[in-house]
Amino acid sequence: MIELRHVSKVFPTADGELRALNDINLTIGDGDVFGIVGMSGAGKSTLVRCINLLERPTQGQVVIDGKDLCALPEKELILQRRAIAMIFQQFNLLMQRTCLKNICFPMEIAGVKPTEAKKRALEYLGIVGLPDKADAYPAQLSGGQKQRVAIARALASDPKILLCDEATSALDPKTTRDILRLIQDINRRLGITVVVITHEMAVVEEICSHVAILDHGVLQETGTVEEVFSSPKTEAGRRLVYPDGVVIDQLPAANVIRIAFNGGSSYEPLIASLAIDCGVKANILGADTRNVNGQAFGTMLLGLPDDPDQIARAMNYIKNQPNVTVEEVRDYHG
Amino acid sequence: MDEFFGTLFGSTPVSQQLGYLQAALLENIWETLYSTALATFFSYVIGLPLGIILVAGEKNGIRPLPRPLMSVLNFVINILRSVPFLILMIVVMPLSRLILGTSIGTEATIIPLTIAAFPFVARLVEGSLRETDAGVIEAAHAMGCTPFQIVRKVMLPEALPSLVTGFTTAAITILSYGAMSAAIGGGGLGSLSIVNGYQRRMYLILYVTVILLVILVQIIQSVGTWAANRLDHRGGKSRKTRLRVRFNDPIHLEIGPDEQDGDGEKHRSEKGGFQ
Repeated sequence: MIELRHVSKVFPTADGELRALNDINLTIGDGDVFGIVGMSGAGKSTLVRCINLLERPTQGQVVIDGKDLCALPEKELILQRRAIAMIFQQFNLLMQRTCLKNICFPMEIAGVKPTEAKKRALEYLGIVGLPDKADAYPAQLSGGQKQRVAIARALASDPKILLCDEATSALDPKTTRDILRLIQDINRRLGITVVVITHEMAVVEEICSHVAILDHGVLQETGTVEEVFSSPKTEAGRRLVYPDGVVIDQLPAANVIRIAFNGGSSYEPLIASLAIDCGVKANILGADTRNVNGQAFGTMLLGLPDDPDQIARAMNYIKNQPNVTVEEVRDYHG
Repeated sequence: MDEFFGTLFGSTPVSQQLGYLQAALLENIWETLYSTALATFFSYVIGLPLGIILVAGEKNGIRPLPRPLMSVLNFVINILRSVPFLILMIVVMPLSRLILGTSIGTEATIIPLTIAAFPFVARLVEGSLRETDAGVIEAAHAMGCTPFQIVRKVMLPEALPSLVTGFTTAAITILSYGAMSAAIGGGGLGSLSIVNGYQRRMYLILYVTVILLVILVQIIQSVGTWAANRLDHRGGKSRKTRLRVRFNDPIHLEIGPDEQDGDGEKHRSEKGGFQ
């Protein structure tokens, strides 16, 4: 289990202090695939680097399986780090080593015998689907292949945790999906806890079980992907979940509500029955469904007539429907 | 005609110069080679660790050292690099006497050569090591490398082609500095060209020795460049790839047959690795 307790990180800069992380509290359970999303500059990379202490938090504790890493002496920290593997956007392979030697690297560091290391490295190359690339140099590989080698290298240290820092951001959509499948597969087969840093909600949708939304160094909300996706509670959350959201000022209706369908419910009859049963003519401003972990989730923006009585009736009616939540949209902009 | 040869080859008869060359050339080539080789070796013995310290010990390095120590190191290196070599040779004569028992002769030039060259080598090594991708060093940290392991297993191997290029530059610079060893009675091709060729006006000797020096430099440079290329696996410069590019075969540019992500090709050409 990874626990971040009151973690803050302040960088001194030329014009004062930059507070990259502000009092972050986060618990990541064993075997989770945990997504940390945010716009660029939100502090995601700093946050993930606080987990293996590549960045030392200015305040707070980083507790992994009951051990506070910040309190460990340098030597023990180095040993702890070997159980936390990391992959990067730019792959960060050793360009002067063959793929096989790259995968052997963490084992070399840990003092595994060369013959044993080689045997295991070949095994990991098989797992990531590149059994024939043992003697190739990274420069001879495509981006997707490089990331596969990086994943094999990460596995070679036999980690409990895998940190992915924008691991698919340099890849094309198809390769991204393949790499995400591989990460998911590794999580399921080997039970490794995965922390995924990304600015793309699509990545979270694809593989994450839990998600935390980070904005300006502050943890906005956290929960299962289903919870956060069906009804993001914060401004930052909504901006990420509905990136193409309409600007309220441009909407034809003054009163906008958002309805969220939490799986299983079909929403066309709701609008029809709203008109028939309540006599409220709702205007559909936008609708969006997404498939999250096999369940259908939908949101719909409705414009209501400018009449407080009708609005109250409509809100009441929708609130009484199963599997549906509704909220008024006031501050929403895309 | 005699007058023409007189201006061209100097006043000493050509046959006499040839005789002199025959007697002295091999020995002087040998002296040039071994004083250059030894001075280069000792320059790296001192300069390589210093270059590593310059990179690893700085504020954001992998093993920051106290600021005053780094400042002193930088200062000393700059001072040594700014003293003219001729002056340096004379200044370190007592040191040569202390170490070798003599302050003149070919052996005695190795010490001033080393002292002049190790700060230069330290800077060359520093430059090469700074090329190491910061992301790769970060990955090494994340994998639990000690600072020593990062230097030995990441920085030095990753910078190897650049280090070899630097080594070539250092060896050639030391070779040309060695020519000045005539000032303290050292031997070698440089000294032969200055003392016998120029000062004693045996111009044939001057030409031959200078041409030999040019050839030596060419050989060292070619071998160095060849080795650096040979050791360079960064940026798609593998032999196979180069050949494919040479034959301009666009179909086979995508090396991975099993993964068509198309991204790799773009990446390689962006990096300009095919030059």
